[in-house]
Amino acid sequence: MKNEQDYLKDIAAMRSLMERSSRFLSLSGRAGILAGIYALAGAWIAIKVFGLEPGKLIPYGTGEIILRLTGVALVVLCLALGTAIFLSVRKAGKMGEKIWNPVSRRLLLYMAVPLVVGGILMLILAARGEVFLLAPASLLFYGLSLFNAGNFTYTEVRSLGLLQAALGLLGFAFPEYGLICWAIGFGMLHIAYGIYMYYRYER
Amino acid sequence: MKTLIESLHKAFESRIRLGIMSVLAVNEMQDFIALKDYLDVTDGNLASHLKSLEKEAFIGMKKSFVGRKPNTQYYITQEGRKAFEDHLRALEQLINAQKQI
Repeated sequence: MKNEQDYLKDIAAMRSLMERSSRFLSLSGRAGILAGIYALAGAWIAIKVFGLEPGKLIPYGTGEIILRLTGVALVVLCLALGTAIFLSVRKAGKMGEKIWNPVSRRLLLYMAVPLVVGGILMLILAARGEVFLLAPASLLFYGLSLFNAGNFTYTEVRSLGLLQAALGLLGFAFPEYGLICWAIGFGMLHIAYGIYMYYRYER
Repeated sequence: MKTLIESLHKAFESRIRLGIMSVLAVNEMQDFIALKDYLDVTDGNLASHLKSLEKEAFIGMKKSFVGRKPNTQYYITQEGRKAFEDHLRALEQLINAQKQI
């Protein structure tokens, strides 16, 4: 017959299995911090190098600056994604998990739907010249995507998503401060979230 | 005390079977390979535990093909969920009872 210790071990094993099989826990807090730094650097370049003035709308039909800003945004995105994937693979390896499993597939699917819808909307906005709405739109749909993701990874990701979406709405209300909202959301919120997660789960 | 221990289902004596039920309780469907990964057991071992749970009608399976490869998906039945929850409740009571002594 089993004794109390055995039952406690049973329970611990069950809890860990339930969690591992339903949540992707290889996300790294450091990836959030770095993503935030890239975003702040991007915003800095937009203001200092391309002369974007917060509080002023970009005039319609200035194609070249839009192209440059899109370039900066894409570089920030690629760096952030690359870092997140790299650090997740490393963390998964340390925990003896596979990075490509049913949970990570589900996580990506639920993140992808809002992101793809938002991406298409952003292309439409860009094609119609509503360029000052691009930053808030990216925040809004990224936030919704994170809110979804929170079901399949750390629940804190949900709150981060809601905050990003709220900033996105704020950006729609005050488009002239879109870049500031973008820097707060993609920059500072990511850094704050990353530091919190790092201290809570990884130390 | 005795009755409590009796209410722990025999099918759940093995930690692997408990593990299978845990994974299936929080996932709609799970295939053989994923289960094997989570539980870290051999094919034969997992298959025999799955079979015994199936015999109890605690889990069901659906066979299909992914391309040409056969793929078996397992899911928890209503009966299985109830038995698993009862087992968890009994475990909880047992531990609480022992704490009080």
